[in-house]
Amino acid sequence: MSRFSALLARETALAWGRGGGPTVSVGFYAGVATLLPLAIGPEAQRLAAIALGAAWVALALASLLSLDRLFERDYEDGALDLLALSPLPLELTAAAKCLGQWIATGAPLALAAPIAAIGLGAPVSLAPLVFITALAGGLAFAFVGGIGAALSLGARRGGLLTAVIVLPLLVPPVIFGGGALDASASGLPWTPGFLLLCAYAVAALALGPIAMAAACRNALS
Amino acid sequence: MIESLELSGLGASRGGRRLFSNLSLTLKMGEACALTGANGSGKTTLLRAVAGLVEVDEGTVGFVGMDPSEARASGLHLIGHQDGFKPGRTAREELDFWSLWSGGGERELQAAIKVLDLKLLLDLEVRRLSAGQRRRVALARLLAVPRALWLLDEPLSPLDARWRAQMGEIMARHLAGGGMILAAVHDPLPVAAVTFEIPAPGDTSSEVAL
Repeated sequence: MSRFSALLARETALAWGRGGGPTVSVGFYAGVATLLPLAIGPEAQRLAAIALGAAWVALALASLLSLDRLFERDYEDGALDLLALSPLPLELTAAAKCLGQWIATGAPLALAAPIAAIGLGAPVSLAPLVFITALAGGLAFAFVGGIGAALSLGARRGGLLTAVIVLPLLVPPVIFGGGALDASASGLPWTPGFLLLCAYAVAALALGPIAMAAACRNALS
Repeated sequence: MIESLELSGLGASRGGRRLFSNLSLTLKMGEACALTGANGSGKTTLLRAVAGLVEVDEGTVGFVGMDPSEARASGLHLIGHQDGFKPGRTAREELDFWSLWSGGGERELQAAIKVLDLKLLLDLEVRRLSAGQRRRVALARLLAVPRALWLLDEPLSPLDARWRAQMGEIMARHLAGGGMILAAVHDPLPVAAVTFEIPAPGDTSSEVAL
């Protein structure tokens, strides 16, 4: 097994167990999605109009939950030192950590997203598209979130700082993903929004690791 | 393989405080060096500077026989106070991963488990291990993955007398095979070693007035 795949397996297992892992993220997601109708009112028509957007905002918030421990734990227990002392570049190490995060929390959230959207009154026919956009969006959330997690290394209340750093970076995927779903619901082509979402995810995948590795090196020295 | 380590004119500071300056030290194949010095004198910082994790203010860390980035990636071991083990994982999972991460083989890993008598500990979660047992699992990396330069930060502090002696033998074997050891210690190393005391910085403000 190569270093990268061994690290990916370890990170996925750790993210699965980290602070409850997917169950807590999905539970939080379900909680936010349930809270919305209580605040907005139970009229089905009004809820259906915001269902897709609400499902996406809740998704973005839920994917912030487990980010704060992504690098912090390895930084505190010395694992980051050992991860840095390796032939595998720190950039790829950071990428493996984010991929593990995506598999352990992004994918379960993507499975929960269509259920929440339909529960809020979105048409059932949109479920596959909600799932796919949530999956692509989750990848962007994990890699952009990793930047925030790495930048707040060593800071007190790092988790809160991570959320504040990351939230503005989540604006584009929320606009693209929510936009694609909205377009599809009103019978317009959904591909432009979806492709922009994928482009954002690919950019995060390519540039995020460089920023994370630089932030980790800075925190270690 | 790293043939020697040459530190010349090193100076480093942490958090704005000068730790040491103009520190020079050469370590050749088969030599061990015990770094001593008061708490906070910069022993750990020096080890981390050799590993390339800390930037030095001045001076150079030179590796003879290997390119610095290659030496740091696959020529040295750093074993510090913190071992990077996750409390909820078993010792076996952690040892397997770190051995693979450092490029070790299965045969060496089994040999290391035997030498350090870890067989009965491997199925326990890391959180259930005592400090000494946990350190033995961490030290197994040294044997599981043969690398020339060992950077050890108080490697023996949690170990009992029996395992300190055992580590002395392990270190002696490493040195006999042409290895090098740079260890930060408060007690003498259980193996023939030069002692290098990190000189206190120029100011004497930290001395206690009597």
